[in-house]
Amino acid sequence: MTGKIVLKGVRKAFGEHVIIPSIDLEINEGEFVVFVGPSGCGKSTLLRLIAGLEDATAGKIEIDSVDISDVPPARRGLSMVFQSYALYPHMSVRGNIGFGLRMAGESKEVIRQKVEKAAAVLNLTAYLDRKPRQLSGGQRQRVAIGRAIVREPKAFLFDEPLSNLDAALRVQMRLEIAQLHESLSTTMIYVTHDQVEAMTLADKIVVLNSGTIEQVGTPLELYHHPVNLFVAGFIGSPKMNFFETEVVAAGSDGVTVALPGGQAVTVPVLPDGAAPGGKVTLGVRPEHLRPAEAGELAGDVVVVERLGGDTFLYLRLPGQPLVVAQAEGSDPTRVRDHVHVRIDPATCHLFDAKGRSLPHRQRHALVQSFRPTDQAAKHWP
Amino acid sequence: MARAVSVRRLTLMTAAAWLVGFLIFFPILWMILTSFKTELEAFSTPPKFLFFHWTLENFGIVQQRSNYLKFAGNSIILSVGSTIVGILFGVPAAWAMAFSPSKRTKDVLLWMLSTKMMPPVGALIPIYLLFRDSGLLDSRIGLIGVEFLINLPIIIWMLFTYFKEIPGEILEASRMDGATPWREIVYVLAPMAVPGVASTLLLNVILAWNEAFWTLNLTTTAAAPLTAFIASYSSPEGLFWAKLSAASTMAIAPIMVLGWFSQRQLVRGLTFGAVK
Repeated sequence: MTGKIVLKGVRKAFGEHVIIPSIDLEINEGEFVVFVGPSGCGKSTLLRLIAGLEDATAGKIEIDSVDISDVPPARRGLSMVFQSYALYPHMSVRGNIGFGLRMAGESKEVIRQKVEKAAAVLNLTAYLDRKPRQLSGGQRQRVAIGRAIVREPKAFLFDEPLSNLDAALRVQMRLEIAQLHESLSTTMIYVTHDQVEAMTLADKIVVLNSGTIEQVGTPLELYHHPVNLFVAGFIGSPKMNFFETEVVAAGSDGVTVALPGGQAVTVPVLPDGAAPGGKVTLGVRPEHLRPAEAGELAGDVVVVERLGGDTFLYLRLPGQPLVVAQAEGSDPTRVRDHVHVRIDPATCHLFDAKGRSLPHRQRHALVQSFRPTDQAAKHWP
Repeated sequence: MARAVSVRRLTLMTAAAWLVGFLIFFPILWMILTSFKTELEAFSTPPKFLFFHWTLENFGIVQQRSNYLKFAGNSIILSVGSTIVGILFGVPAAWAMAFSPSKRTKDVLLWMLSTKMMPPVGALIPIYLLFRDSGLLDSRIGLIGVEFLINLPIIIWMLFTYFKEIPGEILEASRMDGATPWREIVYVLAPMAVPGVASTLLLNVILAWNEAFWTLNLTTTAAAPLTAFIASYSSPEGLFWAKLSAASTMAIAPIMVLGWFSQRQLVRGLTFGAVK
C-alpha cells in the first residue's frame, strides 16, 4: 500500500505575511486524517501545499519517501475534491469523471469501463450523459468524488467538501465518504471547520490554529485529553465550560481548586508545577455537568434549549460567563429556576496559566484501546 | 411567486412599452420608408406615411452613382479585420489580467477605459498628421489599425469580465486531474471562454461597422466604407432625402441582419456578469 505523506518544516508565507510558520507532520498509509480549525487557521493552505497548488516557502513534502516539493500537482498522484465541486461545466458527467484518465492517455474502452464502474459505486449511472448544471448539489459532489476515485490516486484531498450542502445531505455524504474510505483504504486528508465531521470521520485529527499544530491525535484522545485550552474549547459541542480559579491544594491524589460558590473540587491530575495560590483554568464539558438535588455549583437558569433527546441549561453563576449543563430530554427545568449541578472530578480538566493542560493521572479507557500513533505521542507533553 | 398584476395595469404597461419601442424604432422605420419614396414625396408636407407611390428607383440611382459593393467590401474588411486584430491582442491581455492579476491590474483597466473618455476629435490632428506622413491616408491597413485601437479597451473589458467569471478552482481541478498547462487551455479554458469571445467579436464587428468619425476623416475613396458612402449623399449638391435614405438602408441592412441572427449571443454577452 502507498500513500504515506510526510511534511518536514513546511513553511508558507506571502511576503511578510506568514500563514504557516513551520509544520512537521506524518500521515500514514491508508489513514483518514482531518485538518480542523477555525477559519483562517491555515488548514486549506496546508492542503493546497500538499496538492501542489501552492508552493511551500521552505521545507519538504514527501510522498512515499520521495520529495515532491518541486513536482507539479499533475504528477503528484493525488486527487482533490473542492468545496465548490469545480466540475467542468461544458462536459457531461461522463466527461468530467473520465477527464483525468483522458489526460493520462488511457484508451477509450478503459475510460468507459472505469467511469461506469465509478458511476455505479456513486449511484450516478442514470446521470452519466447530463451536464453538471442539470444535477443537484449532492449529485455534483458525487461527480467530483467520482472524478477523484477513477484516477486511483495515492491519496485523496478533500477541501471542505460538504460545506455547500444542506444539513441532511451533509450527514448522508459524510456516511458515504466514510464508506468510501472503508472500501478503498486509501490515504485521505480532509479539511473542515466542522468538528462533528472531524470527530466522526477521522482516524487522526490535526487541530490547527494560526498556522501551527495545536494537537494531533485520535478523536477520543482530543476529546478526553486536550493538551491545551484551544483544543479543549474547539472540540466538543456545546463548548467546554471554563472557570478561572486558584489552586487550593496540590497532592498525590490530584489538584484541588476552588469553585465559584465556595466549594472545591479535586481533579485527578499530576500537579506539574501547580502550587497552592497559582492561577489555573478549570474546564468541564456540558455533558459532565449534570443537574442534581445537591451539587458543587448552583445558579439561575437563563435559557433552556430542548433538543428532544437532551436539554441544555444555560446557568448564570455569580461573576462567571454563562455555564452550560446537559440534562435529560425529559428534564422539567424552566427559565428562572435555581438549579444545582454536580461535577464528576474525573472528567474535569485543568489548565495552567499558559493554557497548557495538566496531564491526567490515568488515560481514558477508550483512548488507551485506540493506540495513539507515534506522531500523536510526539505531541503529547 | 410573481406579484398579481391586474389586467388593466398589464394592458396599460404593455401599451406603454409598445409606444416607447415604436418611438425608438421610428427614425429607422421612417428612413426605410423614405428610401422607397420619390424625392418629391420625401419632402411633402404633411408627410405621407404609408400611402405614397412605392418605388425602387432610389436604390438604382444610388448603385449607379456610386459602387455600393466596393464600399460594403471595405466595411467588411474594416470591421472584421479590426475585430480579428483586436481579439488577437485582447484575449492574451484580458487573460493575463483575469488569471494572474497584479497590484496594478485595476489601474491598467481604468486607464484603458479612460482613453474612451476623451472625445476622438482631440486626437484627430496628431493621428491625421501621422497618417499623412506615413502614407496611410485612405488605406485599409491604416484604418484597420485605428479601428482596432479605439475598440481595444472595450474588447479587453468585455473579455476580462468574461474570463473573471471562470472559477479558478476549475482550473486547479484540471491541474489535479493531470492536465498540462497547454491541455488546460485547450480542454478546459477555451471551451468555457468561447461564448465570451464570440459575443465580444460580434459586438466589435457592429461597433467597427458603424464607426463614422475616423472613417470619414481618414478616407476619401479607396478605403472608404459604408459610413462614407452614406455621408456622400448629404452635402455636395444639397440634400437628397430619398437617396440618402436608400443609401443608409443599404448600409445598415447587412449589420442589422447579422445582429438579428446573433441577438441571443449578443444579449448573453452584454449582460454576462450582471446576472449569473
